[in-house]
Amino acid sequence: MNITQILFWFLSVLALVSALMVLLSKNPVHSVLWLIVVFFAISGHYILLNAQFLAIVNLIVYAGAIMVLFLFVIMLMNLSADTEPQKNVWMKLAGTIAGGCFLISACNVIYNAQNVSKEIAAKTALLNQGNIGLIGNLGKVLFKDYVVPFEISSVLFLSAIVGAVVIGKKEKNKV
Amino acid sequence: MPIQYYIYLSLALFSIGIVGVLVRRNAIIVFMCIELMLNAVNLLLLAFSKMHYNTALLTNKETTAGTEGQLFVFFIMVVAAAEVSVGLAIIVMMYRNIHSVDVNFLNRLKN
Repeated sequence: MNITQILFWFLSVLALVSALMVLLSKNPVHSVLWLIVVFFAISGHYILLNAQFLAIVNLIVYAGAIMVLFLFVIMLMNLSADTEPQKNVWMKLAGTIAGGCFLISACNVIYNAQNVSKEIAAKTALLNQGNIGLIGNLGKVLFKDYVVPFEISSVLFLSAIVGAVVIGKKEKNKV
Repeated sequence: MPIQYYIYLSLALFSIGIVGVLVRRNAIIVFMCIELMLNAVNLLLLAFSKMHYNTALLTNKETTAGTEGQLFVFFIMVVAAAEVSVGLAIIVMMYRNIHSVDVNFLNRLKN
């Protein structure tokens, strides 16, 4: 096992354990902090796949901006563990079984597919090499071929800003 | 690294997100689990992008195959950021009106 494989397994276990802790922790603030750990682990995977631009964007946008927004909202509402609404245990059990069934059936599909075709089973994702994830290549493609979606996404952001302000505004003449 | 490992990892993360949406009642944690599912899909898109690049590399050394997958991940992040801002505004408005973030209070839309 070389260092890349060790890092892969370490980051995978870290991501899965922290994702479970997001579910299991009662305090919403702890959930947010565990979700930040998940995002760091996924950014580590991006760096292993040599997608450095996306790793940095993931850290800045998700772990930086979005999670701070979540923390602000949670602390604004003063939520804590004792005000956490609880479902009854049968609903929890049903939800877990439904998710587990999805996981088992999907894993079974993948497992059968690699038994059917040796070609599929031999596919590998290239680690540590390849320069398609670097900013030079991505920037060229983004501003040549995908410039119209890029501009449309700026319109989307403008509408999201306007929508957030309109929804979050206090109503003065509330009946 | 074989592509199956990435598929299994993404499936596990996605399923944890699904269980979170089904089990928790706190609207903010439901929202966070949706983010988790988006990230699982992003990881899978990126792994497939590098897999496609690896296959194309056998025939052409200067290939840029797989760039689109990485751009899709970028656009998913853009849409997720917009979605989070609007969604959190909705949750704040809900908390201001009914003083709770329990999603079961939303089963009736009126009053």
